[in-house]
Amino acid sequence: MKRLWAWAALIIGLLYFILPLVGMTNFSLKMRRGEYSFDAYAKVFADSRFHETFSYSVWMAVLTILFGVFLVVPTAYWVRLKLPFLRPYIEFVTLLPLVIPAIVIVFGYIRLYNTSSWLPLTGSYIGTDILLVFGYATLSLPYMYRAVDTGLRTIDVTTLTEAAQSLGAGWVTIIGRIILPNVTVAVMSGAFVTFAIVMGEFTMAALLNKPAFGPYMQLLGANRAYEPAALAVIAFVITWACLGLMQLVSKLQKTPQRPV
Amino acid sequence: MPAPPLRRLPLHWLGIVPFAAFVLLFLILPTMKIVIGAFQTPDGSLTLANVAGLFTSSILAAYWISIKISFASAILGCLIGFAMAAAVVLGGLPRTIRGPLLTFSGVASNFAGVPLAFAFLATLGPVGLVTVFLRSELGIDLRLLGFNILSFWGLTITYLFFQIPLMILIITPALDGLKREWREAASILGATNAQYWRLVAFPILLPSLLGTLALLFANAFGAVATAIALTGSSLNIVPILLFAQIRGDVLGDPHLGYALAFGMIVVTGIANAIYIWLRARSERWLK
Repeated sequence: MKRLWAWAALIIGLLYFILPLVGMTNFSLKMRRGEYSFDAYAKVFADSRFHETFSYSVWMAVLTILFGVFLVVPTAYWVRLKLPFLRPYIEFVTLLPLVIPAIVIVFGYIRLYNTSSWLPLTGSYIGTDILLVFGYATLSLPYMYRAVDTGLRTIDVTTLTEAAQSLGAGWVTIIGRIILPNVTVAVMSGAFVTFAIVMGEFTMAALLNKPAFGPYMQLLGANRAYEPAALAVIAFVITWACLGLMQLVSKLQKTPQRPV
Repeated sequence: MPAPPLRRLPLHWLGIVPFAAFVLLFLILPTMKIVIGAFQTPDGSLTLANVAGLFTSSILAAYWISIKISFASAILGCLIGFAMAAAVVLGGLPRTIRGPLLTFSGVASNFAGVPLAFAFLATLGPVGLVTVFLRSELGIDLRLLGFNILSFWGLTITYLFFQIPLMILIITPALDGLKREWREAASILGATNAQYWRLVAFPILLPSLLGTLALLFANAFGAVATAIALTGSSLNIVPILLFAQIRGDVLGDPHLGYALAFGMIVVTGIANAIYIWLRARSERWLK
């Protein structure tokens, strides 16, 4: 009896998740009248705006990940090594982007860094690119910081640092050649989430007027019928691939890498 | 030999300067700018007029419908997510289901924004899969029943796609934390299954449940992209209003925009504070 209820709850729930995915896939294949075809995908892939916005977002994602790694790894390492009493505060700060809606953060950017301010980032093309990367880095901070911090927990930071220092290594060598390789797996899982976030992000890119993938999807959705469904399938596959890779990578991490 | 503390202390702090500078410039200051701007006139003097300006019928209606959608999707997300998590953890289902369900929840809770809106339009929209199926096979016309994907219920049902998985992800560890011994102790004392749930399990889970409810509420309240892609600007909810305001000064007063954004921070801030507080309480039992 209990098992029957459990199956019913699970199946009804899963039906809710599967139907939209089936619906969007089905719809994306129906562009040609009366038969299934990949016409909508062909249309999407043939659109130069698709290539431009997609590669722009990929670039932004790569820059965001690089910036995030340079910012988060040394900080998380340093806090663990020298300022452990700061950990709860840093963790609180890194969770703030989950509390403050992205639209509010980007509104603040537009007002704070407008053309007449002390740091006129919104005044130039390259300036808004930088602002967008920083915005994405802010949005991914909760995931990136947690991933790296969890990775650092599995290694003995103090011993590694002392060993390296006694062999004459400087800070750059320690972080770049000892700490970073030891937390690569954690960094990668943070990177995949960041990639998924950046590829789908709409609000920041739209309000900063950047030619990113999110606003392109929205624009196409407002003007076309079948192509948006094809885009949704593509976006879902990207999200699925990123987070699937992340799960795989974090499974690899479960065996703690202790230095001998 | 301890080193003299005065000489070493400043160097310690240098290590987090880049992080502190980044957070200050791109998270704290922009937010402060909005909060302070909500209490300033265009020439910089203090005023309560912007916040008072929120209390017009159209803006209040926008907040009210946002709160209703967020609350409805949070409550339904909690109930359905709880039922699914309980089915997998306690319902005696094969253990192999658990891993894939959690993986899928991880993906689905991140599948928000523009593509999610397209998926639901293709399913429950005027020519969507389910709509057409119900009309041609069962003779049920959703539109005649008053259902419209661009409405309160349409948005709520769409939001559930990321709310339910988030609930599953958060509540599964809490359900795992229910100790077998508690159930055994209850049944030795003669409790029925219902009594065990009402008097033991439910009170222990209550802080987790309410906390997650608050988190889901904040999650839905800040969602912009899904709403815009789904409804354009036809539904008058706060994120859409703020988006239009930033884009084109539709309210004609930028400082009213500050107040709108400030109101959003207040609502999500309260919801998250409730979540953090209740989570700390529930960890006492479920560690």
